[in-house]
Amino acid sequence: MREITYMEAVREAMSQEMRKNEDVFILGEDIGVYGGAFGVTRGMIEEFGPERVRNTPISESGIAGASVGSALTGMRPIVELQFSDFITIAMDQMANQAAKIRYMYGGKGKVPMVLRTPSGSGTGAAAQHSQSLEAWVTHVPGLKVVQPSTGYDAKGLLKAAIDDDNPVIFYEHKTLYKTKSDVPEEPYSIPLGKADVKREGTDVTIVATAVMVQRALDAAAELENEGISAEVIDPRTLVPLDEETIVNSVAKTGRAVVVHEAVKRGGYGSEIASMIAESDAFDFLDAPIKRLGGAPSPVPYNPELEKAHVPQVPVIIQAAKETLIKA
Amino acid sequence: MELTKDVKLVPDVSQEKLVDLYKQMWTIRFFDEKVDEFFAKGMIHGTTHLAVGQEASAAGACALLNIEDKITSTHRGHGHCIAKGATADKMMAELFGRTTGYCKGKGGSMHIADIDIGNLGANGIVAGGIPLAVGSALTAHMKKQSYVTVCFFGDGATNEGSFHEAVNLASIWKLPVIFVCENNQYGMSGSVKEMVNVEHIAERADAYGIPGEVADGNDIVDMMNKTHDAIERARSGEGPTLIEAKTYRWKGHSKSDAKKYRTREEEQEWKAKDPIKRFKNVLVEAGILTEEKAEEIRKDAKQEIENAVEFAENSPMPTEDDLLTDVYA
Repeated sequence: MREITYMEAVREAMSQEMRKNEDVFILGEDIGVYGGAFGVTRGMIEEFGPERVRNTPISESGIAGASVGSALTGMRPIVELQFSDFITIAMDQMANQAAKIRYMYGGKGKVPMVLRTPSGSGTGAAAQHSQSLEAWVTHVPGLKVVQPSTGYDAKGLLKAAIDDDNPVIFYEHKTLYKTKSDVPEEPYSIPLGKADVKREGTDVTIVATAVMVQRALDAAAELENEGISAEVIDPRTLVPLDEETIVNSVAKTGRAVVVHEAVKRGGYGSEIASMIAESDAFDFLDAPIKRLGGAPSPVPYNPELEKAHVPQVPVIIQAAKETLIKA
Repeated sequence: MELTKDVKLVPDVSQEKLVDLYKQMWTIRFFDEKVDEFFAKGMIHGTTHLAVGQEASAAGACALLNIEDKITSTHRGHGHCIAKGATADKMMAELFGRTTGYCKGKGGSMHIADIDIGNLGANGIVAGGIPLAVGSALTAHMKKQSYVTVCFFGDGATNEGSFHEAVNLASIWKLPVIFVCENNQYGMSGSVKEMVNVEHIAERADAYGIPGEVADGNDIVDMMNKTHDAIERARSGEGPTLIEAKTYRWKGHSKSDAKKYRTREEEQEWKAKDPIKRFKNVLVEAGILTEEKAEEIRKDAKQEIENAVEFAENSPMPTEDDLLTDVYA
């Protein structure tokens, strides 16, 4: 199969939808000839022109709101935010408008839009350009939240997000943009709400998101050398969450580690851990559920500190082993 | 059309339509007065924001719109809804929290919407609807549709970032939107004189390179004249206009307002500029209405609201089964 980068997969998903459906367009800051802050839209303005690859002023609230309004009146906008931290500025439009319009209006109207944005640390961009704030939006009923970890998943999930009639927050990871994977050329869709078992195992379940998926897989490979069989699950979409796949896995292994890059306190891992504890899998647990997440500080600039802020492979290995010791 | 020697109406509007507008203004007033009464009696819960005294700006700004045209509204939006064609019965039912209401009882006073007739919804967030209106106009532009979007907001909203971001977007993209700022002189308690350091909010249009017009918000004819020009501009692809409608809310900000921030004398001065009475005088002088006919219309409007109340009171309540429907499409 053809190998392309995560970034190319995102671009291809958008381009294929835009060729097919005139209602789909993209808007955002510097997405025209510049190609966006990370180059995701490079070449798109040449193919689709400035009407459908719409360069905007630096006005996150304005462009998010214009997307909501255009979605409500028949378009299917994709809005790109340069860094996911900037959702703070667009938050009224996403949380108070996009998420609630259909419900507030008693089921009339729909808001089929995607807000794409890169999150995460690892680039030295420091505290205001490195956050993972996905838990904030998972808390708001009416929004869907997607967090792909591979190019293959990114392409299929983005098509599903564009096709969805609800507002979807689509978190890309800036350090994954250049990673390569096998991605089919033809369009395909990965349903929102379907987790992926990235590695099968029998002793411990590791639920990991975004950049942590690869780290969990690296940890699982090392654990295997020590005779420990880890199953790695990537939820892929946080809302809706594929509870069944996670619960079935934990019921099988009896142990669970939940790991994400976002600050641990109030992170989505808390939701996943609670969901496991409330489920039938509770009876199968042989050890307390472990949660791993970012340190309770802003993301630091210094590369060593930045690395220390988020879980690394040895910490995941350690956590998995701890669940086994307590058995 | 010269209605009287002092009052000239620019757009071509039939006498029948003018009479309808007169009735509509009474419907708006009686609706809000009835809501005021019910809140005072504790018959409906939540909160509400009344636009008594602002009927001319709502009715005038919507008078020239077609059903395909859109509006976005505000927390003080009952008048806008009626002006865009909403019926009082389904609105009252919504305030009563009934399933027959515009939002099946899930939205209440601040979220009445009827997308089928171009009402994209009232909004509980100050300035929250302004970017939405620009998005609606963007759809018209991209799909090459001829509708325009009238975006209502108050004086307070022009101090929100969303206002500035959205007006700038509409300007650079020359979108078919008409920004109607209803300057009713106060936010919740903050006087526009304390919160804005320009004489007219319309001057803010200069910063975005679009026309800014001051309209007499208590004069429906002036409102129609100013929106007529703005609609023409929008439909011909020349972009947005900001219209500042100078008006006054007779009632408090919401139901719990002691109105300490303004004087009773000031209220009386504005009540003397009653927009409904003013329009009636024009129509009578123009020979379009008689005093008797005007009184008949007033009574009809009052009865319409009584009928709306009856409809609302006799409508079913939602059940818990409705709680989780409509969250996602």
